[in-house]
Amino acid sequence: MSLLSVRGLRKSFGGIEAVAGVDFDLEPGELLALIGPNGAGKSTCFNMLNGQLRPDGGSIAFDGQPITGLPPRVVWRRGVGRTFQVTATFLSMTVLQNVQTALLSFHGRLRSFRPWSSRLYLDEAFALLELVGMAEQGDRLCSVLAYGDLKRVELAIALANAPKLLLMDEPTAGMAPAERIELMRLASEIAHERRIGILFTEHDMDVVFAHAARVMVLDRGRLIAVGTPRQVRGDAQVRAVYLGS
Amino acid sequence: MKLEVHKLDAFYGRAQILFGVTLKVAAGEALALLGRNGAGKSTMLRAILGLVAARRGRVVLDGRDISGMATGRIVRRGLGWVPEDRRIFTDLSVEENLEIGRQPPRAGVPHWTVERLFSLFPNLAEVRRRPAGQISGGEQQMLTISRTLMGNPCVIMLDEPSEGLAPLIVERMAVAVTEMKREGLGVLLAEQNLTFSRAVSDRATIIEKGRIRFEGTLECLLADEAVARAYLAV
Amino acid sequence: MDFLVIQFLNGLASASALFLVACGLSIIFGVMRIVNFAHGSFYMLGAYIAYTLAGPLMDWMPGGFWLALPLAALAVAMIGALVEITLLRRIYRSPELFQLLATFGIVLIVQDLVLILWGPQDRLGPRAPGLEGAVNILGSPFPAYDLLLIGLGPLVLLGLTLLFRRTRWGVRVRAATQDREMVEALGIRQDRLFTAVFILGAFLAGLGGAVQLPRAAVHHAMDLEIIVETFVVVVVGGLGSVAGAYLAAVLLGVLNAFGIVVFPQISLVLAFLVMAVVLVVRPLGLLGRPEAASRSTTGLWDTPIRPMARGRRDIVFVLALVLAVLPVFAGSYLLTVFSEVMIFALFACSLHFLMGVGGMGSFGHAAYFGLGAYGAALAMTQLGLPMEAAAFAGPVLAAAGALVFGWFCVRLTGVYLAMLTLAFAQITWAIAFQWDSVTGGDNGILGVWPSAWATSAAAFYYLTLLVAGGGILLLRQFVFAPFGMGLRACRDSPLRADAIGIDRAAHQRLAFVVAGAFAGIAGSLYAFLKGSVFPDVLAIPLSVDGLVMVLLGGLQTLTGPVVGAAVYKVMRVFLASWTDYWRLIIGIVIIALVVAFPRGIVGYIQQRIAPLLDRPEGDQPKAGPP
Repeated sequence: MSLLSVRGLRKSFGGIEAVAGVDFDLEPGELLALIGPNGAGKSTCFNMLNGQLRPDGGSIAFDGQPITGLPPRVVWRRGVGRTFQVTATFLSMTVLQNVQTALLSFHGRLRSFRPWSSRLYLDEAFALLELVGMAEQGDRLCSVLAYGDLKRVELAIALANAPKLLLMDEPTAGMAPAERIELMRLASEIAHERRIGILFTEHDMDVVFAHAARVMVLDRGRLIAVGTPRQVRGDAQVRAVYLGS
Repeated sequence: MKLEVHKLDAFYGRAQILFGVTLKVAAGEALALLGRNGAGKSTMLRAILGLVAARRGRVVLDGRDISGMATGRIVRRGLGWVPEDRRIFTDLSVEENLEIGRQPPRAGVPHWTVERLFSLFPNLAEVRRRPAGQISGGEQQMLTISRTLMGNPCVIMLDEPSEGLAPLIVERMAVAVTEMKREGLGVLLAEQNLTFSRAVSDRATIIEKGRIRFEGTLECLLADEAVARAYLAV
Repeated sequence: MDFLVIQFLNGLASASALFLVACGLSIIFGVMRIVNFAHGSFYMLGAYIAYTLAGPLMDWMPGGFWLALPLAALAVAMIGALVEITLLRRIYRSPELFQLLATFGIVLIVQDLVLILWGPQDRLGPRAPGLEGAVNILGSPFPAYDLLLIGLGPLVLLGLTLLFRRTRWGVRVRAATQDREMVEALGIRQDRLFTAVFILGAFLAGLGGAVQLPRAAVHHAMDLEIIVETFVVVVVGGLGSVAGAYLAAVLLGVLNAFGIVVFPQISLVLAFLVMAVVLVVRPLGLLGRPEAASRSTTGLWDTPIRPMARGRRDIVFVLALVLAVLPVFAGSYLLTVFSEVMIFALFACSLHFLMGVGGMGSFGHAAYFGLGAYGAALAMTQLGLPMEAAAFAGPVLAAAGALVFGWFCVRLTGVYLAMLTLAFAQITWAIAFQWDSVTGGDNGILGVWPSAWATSAAAFYYLTLLVAGGGILLLRQFVFAPFGMGLRACRDSPLRADAIGIDRAAHQRLAFVVAGAFAGIAGSLYAFLKGSVFPDVLAIPLSVDGLVMVLLGGLQTLTGPVVGAAVYKVMRVFLASWTDYWRLIIGIVIIALVVAFPRGIVGYIQQRIAPLLDRPEGDQPKAGPP
């Protein structure tokens, strides 16, 4: 059984079909890339998968259960983590508090009025920060971190609910080439170790072709190619609409 | 020299972002400002344009000192800026967007008209009456560049014009930058995309943690493996 | 049938003035991102100036009256220009809540200036020459002048539409509405554009006030009356939408015209109910569109809330000791003043919990304070409960109110939320004011005295110290508890909060209830301190008092609201005994505060003075801007 199974996913905005019937499956531990020109519908697709947008049609099954149209927080409870194109972290908190807050939510403790939260889930939080190599910077404020480090923190937050699926929207956007390779290496390592499926969008073809097991190409809301990096790179239609010379 | 920046410091709150940055851009020349994200490239452009209030140092545009001037005045003196996130006016039509950028013609500087820009970017002509929020990302990038050119700048600063664009559109951008250079504009290009920078720029400056680390031609830079690895991580 | 038509026309006529004021507010907000609280003051000034001009001009020439109206509007436009150039220009980069507060400073100043210039009595203007009479519509008389007003609304709407669509200036205004920094970066003179837009908005408000002259008496409460209605219109129509403002003004004008006939008792409530319904269905108003990413709140939360350092804890301990032994030295007047200060410190802390920690700017926090006061008072007078039991009824009623209002409010953010909270507070005020049989209306509820053991000033002082002090400490605990972390998470990044499974709406609703309950405790104590309750405890000025206290102390700190409350309250007590025109002075203080000390007293100490005392912490960059 697939980890994620998407059938006939559709969404329109003001009469324009942003996503026009997308089908695909994702297996545990697999890194699947979703690429395509701007406006192809990648972000729309992503936002429907984690529940930020309600699809007009089609179905999404996660771990055998339908999650179509459920709000983000419910999708998250089922085991879907997410990182954003522009990092979304809590800037007034320290790195450690960011992860602690995610853990508090995961353990259902956010409604408690005592004790001070700085004492809660310290070890778990440090373990996650260790994993992404941010443990030494645990006490720094997120607002003063370098962008690459912020991306790592976001990854640690996204792992707080022990997800089975990670959705990463342009995980390396805004990073220098070396940092990109490093972050994706980290992500794929975690994916293999923990059998987490990762779906990611990406504009940097070096990253895509180096890390993805399979690549899907979206153009004007439709998948025009699916296959291994080698197959996709050789596809004439993909070259015409996206890759160019 | 069209643009000279001398020992520029810039701050966000109490944090210093730029440390005594110096650079020059000549007419018809493109200078690539390279560096990692967070190195200070965008801040550099914003500080030159006066959008960072806390700054010190000297900026000279076309022989006139513009340090400390308000942004609007600097722009009216002939400095154009194309922001990283495009910032087009989505409610306005493509033509109205261009209208906002219009400034009177300037002596000794190429004069851009709507028709001329449409011939540089034919895609825009087809969508001229459409609200700018409803055109594609590539068209938006063309629009934001055109809108700045409508101000008839003598120096144009482009912040990551290739970011997030399909390879085909990036090629179109390179053609446009080359055309601007041919017209005699000075171009200051903040970029992370080395392929694009190599295609259009003559010289390069590497900025890291708010300081200039290298200056020279791109070939020189790429030949110097140590530099490239240390600051660009290619 | 005839009756319906006439009421409908009445509604349209009153909608016109409302539309003029509301669209001015909307246009100003669109471009400058400032919700101009002083717009009601411009409206009032328009009416007063028209009143003053009409007499002499009518003596001077036959059509003088018709000259007086536009001249009054022009005069207000000039006042607007003055306000923009001297004040607003300095605070464009301040957070929006501070801007709102600064414009409220203008409201206070104008209120006292109007009293000084025109006196406290109502002024009745002349009737419109040539239109004194009534026309016959379906057999019923209808004022001729009102027909003119009905036409004025659509005419202005048309003019504005043409201005924004067809002129170069109008296109710039639309562009600036979306992204004013970019407009400046394209070489457009932003200062001129802003001044012009503000002048246009002020002109429209002034005109709205001036055209009221032949219809109603001019009085010094016109400003807050119209501004609340205007907020409702703008929120219902959609901020920034001129057409939306017209639609909403007509909707509310007509509803009001019928409401007064059908339910005279709750005419005020009706408007707010409409607003509530519209906001549930369309959170951004009828024709509102999502705001471009608001840049104005950035920088507001850059300072994290940290536990107090050891040295500061010692200071607090010493202060607590001083407070504990105060009754040994102080007389009963001073003790009463201190009790009041502590009550307001708790009130300010509860507001800070929503605003500083939760990021939800509540501009109607008096609602919960007042519900607390009324709850306690009613439990005592109506149910006959003793103080010990009645005191609990206050916070319970306040929490219930917060639950209901919060349910609507958490759907909105930023200025929408601020305006909605203000409107809810006004509903509550209107109910207390109009529901004579229960609340005693304007006469209030008397005889709300504490139990015998707590009647002495010293005993009540200790009671207050215990309850208010305990409440403040408890709220502080909540900030650092998981609940507070979740609340800050929702404030910092709604996107991320959703993505880690926080039910934001539920979390923020609970924050409303907590803040409401604590404000209710403060209100309940206040009722017993004063021995009576009047609708004032629910009114806008009290909400603004709370805001000033929080911002005076510093939004980013937990100590701020306490310090702010103390300084502000003491200043008020002192000023009230010294001058009748305390509003004028408070207004100036507010403006000075926003312009010069946007981080408040504690924020200022933290930023400028504390670094000189201790070594900088790890992440505090040492360099300073030139």
